Amino acid sequence: MDKNRFFFQHYGLNERDLERYLAAALSAGGDYADLYFEYLSSTSLMVDESMVKSASQGISAGCGVRVIAGERTGYAYTDDLSPERILHAAHTAALIASGPAKTPAVGFQEKPARSLYPVSLPSVDAEITAKVELVMRADSAARAYDPRIKEVRASYADELRHILVVASDGTFAEDSQPLARMNVSCIAKTDASSARGSSGGGGRVALDFFFGEKTPEYFANESARQAILQLDAREAPAGEMEVVLGPGWPGVLLHEAIGHGLEADFNRKQTSAFTGLIGKRVASEKCTVVDNGTMPWRRGSLNVDDEGQPTQNTMLIEKGILKGYLSDKLSARLMGVADTGNGRRESYEHIPMPRMTNTYMLAGDDDPQDIIHSVKRGVYAVNFGGGQVDITNGKFVFSASEAYLIEDGQITAPIKGATLIGNGPDVLTRVSMVGNDLKLDEGVGTCGKDGQAVPVGVGIPTIKIDRLTVGGTAKKDVGAFMQ
Amino acid sequence: MSTTQLETRNSKLETDLKDLAQDIVRRAMSGGATAAECVIREGDEFSTVVRLGQVETLKESGSKAVGLRVFYGKRAASTYSSDFSRAGIDRMLSSALELAKITSEDPYAGIPDQSQLGSLQGDLDLYFPDVYSLPGAERISYARRTEKAALDYDRRIKNSEGGSFDAATGHKILANSHGFVGEYRRSYCSIAAVPIAQTENGNMQRDYWFSVARSLGRLDSPEKVGTIAAQRTLRRLGARKVKTAQVPVVFDPMVASSILEHIFEGVNGDSVYRGASFLAGKLGEKIAGDSVNVIDDGTMPGGFGTSPFDGEGVPTRRTVVIENGVLKSYLLNSYSARKLGLQTTANASRGLAGTPGIGPGNYFLQPGTKTPQAIIAGIPQGLYVTEFLGHGANLVTGDYSRGASGLWISGGELAFPVEEITVAGNLKEIFFNISEIGNDLEFRGAVACPTIRIDGLTVGGE
Repeated sequence: MDKNRFFFQHYGLNERDLERYLAAALSAGGDYADLYFEYLSSTSLMVDESMVKSASQGISAGCGVRVIAGERTGYAYTDDLSPERILHAAHTAALIASGPAKTPAVGFQEKPARSLYPVSLPSVDAEITAKVELVMRADSAARAYDPRIKEVRASYADELRHILVVASDGTFAEDSQPLARMNVSCIAKTDASSARGSSGGGGRVALDFFFGEKTPEYFANESARQAILQLDAREAPAGEMEVVLGPGWPGVLLHEAIGHGLEADFNRKQTSAFTGLIGKRVASEKCTVVDNGTMPWRRGSLNVDDEGQPTQNTMLIEKGILKGYLSDKLSARLMGVADTGNGRRESYEHIPMPRMTNTYMLAGDDDPQDIIHSVKRGVYAVNFGGGQVDITNGKFVFSASEAYLIEDGQITAPIKGATLIGNGPDVLTRVSMVGNDLKLDEGVGTCGKDGQAVPVGVGIPTIKIDRLTVGGTAKKDVGAFMQ
Repeated sequence: MSTTQLETRNSKLETDLKDLAQDIVRRAMSGGATAAECVIREGDEFSTVVRLGQVETLKESGSKAVGLRVFYGKRAASTYSSDFSRAGIDRMLSSALELAKITSEDPYAGIPDQSQLGSLQGDLDLYFPDVYSLPGAERISYARRTEKAALDYDRRIKNSEGGSFDAATGHKILANSHGFVGEYRRSYCSIAAVPIAQTENGNMQRDYWFSVARSLGRLDSPEKVGTIAAQRTLRRLGARKVKTAQVPVVFDPMVASSILEHIFEGVNGDSVYRGASFLAGKLGEKIAGDSVNVIDDGTMPGGFGTSPFDGEGVPTRRTVVIENGVLKSYLLNSYSARKLGLQTTANASRGLAGTPGIGPGNYFLQPGTKTPQAIIAGIPQGLYVTEFLGHGANLVTGDYSRGASGLWISGGELAFPVEEITVAGNLKEIFFNISEIGNDLEFRGAVACPTIRIDGLTVGGE
């Protein structure tokens, strides 16, 4: 074994130590134990009022020890990677079991390494002056877009996360995970009104991504455009109507409507509205949805998950039929299903659980223009903030930040952001048209579950949902209002 | 199952950390900084989840981390680390000093003046070691009892996400180059239950309830928490959509707090000076109804938002934010205060890294005299919201649109549960349209609000 070995080099760890720690973790019995080492270095910069007001760098490192006995999980962590502290954590986690000691598997098997983000110079190690240039360029471009742009805040953040996962089942996995993003947010003002716009992106990329593919000017112009547009936005309508979603980030619909509901832990416990629906129709025939952790360079991708399992391209919904759940090691074992490599955790302080990676719907055959023309009166939403879901009753929301009325098949006035709400297990059954223009988001997604945040991606082509509730304030022109 | 003895934090370690923080500040200054501020945080946590009577997770650990902010004149930078070795601290110091060279000169940057610094004296009732006084098996028993009370309440409660018990203590130290050194400890414990009820046709609903306190002795009983969790869950069974309508909406205290927080976000000094708030430029103006009085008080003994000093070392205080509907004060840190030509209100909130933000003390709407039941009784047709889904407040424009669930009010009574609806309006009007304020103010966190009734909102549904 050679190559990377970050923790061996940095902390003087060796295989014997790892075996000793695992043995300590199983010293009171248990079915499985793992150690998760993490070393995270990060940088962030922020420009406001055309000044680099803040710059910060940091290091966070530690080890989390997990012991599983049946359905029970014991967990302890330490930010001190000395043998005494790791052993102490191992013995603490071992308290979940109560029986004679178990022996870990002999020898580690490292699976062939994948390389989804072969960044030769991680951006955390790049010159800080280059990063300052990015945010200053974003600031200038946004202000130059239109004189009504009065406030601009541009930020840049990157990190490099080294992990090492070893387990009593022989797992041995290492990875170095770069991540970088830029964000620009603007406020436009006139005497009559103010409005805001926001745009950002990045991925598991090197710094040159922002000097080539997606420049500061790209994000600045997009953010400023949105803010200017919103100055004239009128009230959004309220009630049920046809909704067309634009491609890309509106894929957050999938993340909220079905993604969380298909995480295996909820389904094992039978607390999800999708429990027991494998093999059943949960979407129209035009819908095929996957969760794919194997896409190069993407924010939501990983070579291995945080349990050391290779990630996969997992079929969730195939032509409308529910095919499978997203699982981790514990769910796979308890449910007797394959481990899809979706076991993730926010940091060494956290217990892993099933999480999404890049969740998107495959392109269909419809022309996006035809989709718009097919709507008599509805809403066309192209940009969103975030969303949320109650996985038990299936209700989900996502909040539009850029949307337009569709009137007689034409996109007309921009409308203020409104929250859209629906029911996960049936909203996709009302997808009657799926465009041929699949796009993934720009690389800004962060998913929260049970207090743990992880980076994710979403994507979708233009689609039409026949009926969805829009949370606006404007009366519809048909139907009476109760007083 | 045996328990572990958490390491006693001995006094030598405490002194060591205070000394360390001051030493880091000294070294930053001798490295060329013109001002420096060091924060050290350490803490322990314990949590257990029991599901269907069996322990599902058991987690216990401690951690510590250090953050440094340095100034070169009007340039600032910050670094942080979890590595307390000599090499780790050295690296943190040198990175900060290097990084400060590339930031811009900001005339308003800096730490508070020496005359502003200080710490409230006396015991603020923030730390009770009894949160760790239960042996491990009894902590698990708390979680189990909380869940059991919910599961036993009604036969339609067949499932659960679990009952939980959590405890944590924290120790915070702040030192700066004006000679300020302050520290305090906090403790926290909570129990919760998340039951799931099911109708005969298989539809499921989930709700929760919890109790949180700084001392174990002040927690509600597990049986009380589990029972309320069960009642809230059962109340949701059979939920349906309703027609889009403009009706009076009553918000229960938990969701009302979330609406009150939008005022906090609106008076956040960092948003105000950028004009990124619907309340910017409105000091002294009426922004809410006459009955609206909002206070921020960081001094209340035992409060979840209480501390002896803020994130920059300024003693906390009681600030009247809104009085009889008139905006009396923003909430500020030293930076936003300088930007606005005002004085800090001691609301600086300092994480490990970056510039201080602004955080609440104990932030609340003063209660009225009516009971929630009386407020509901005055409504012929309306909505009682018990949960929000998603966020949806635009602090710049005031536009407001959120998913919600709750109960329909008919003839002054709670009639049937509703879900898959939205509530929308604009924050600039919402606070004028608070027509009733309940008498049921209770702190379950730093932000608290009684039941409130707001008119003029649009309920989006069918």
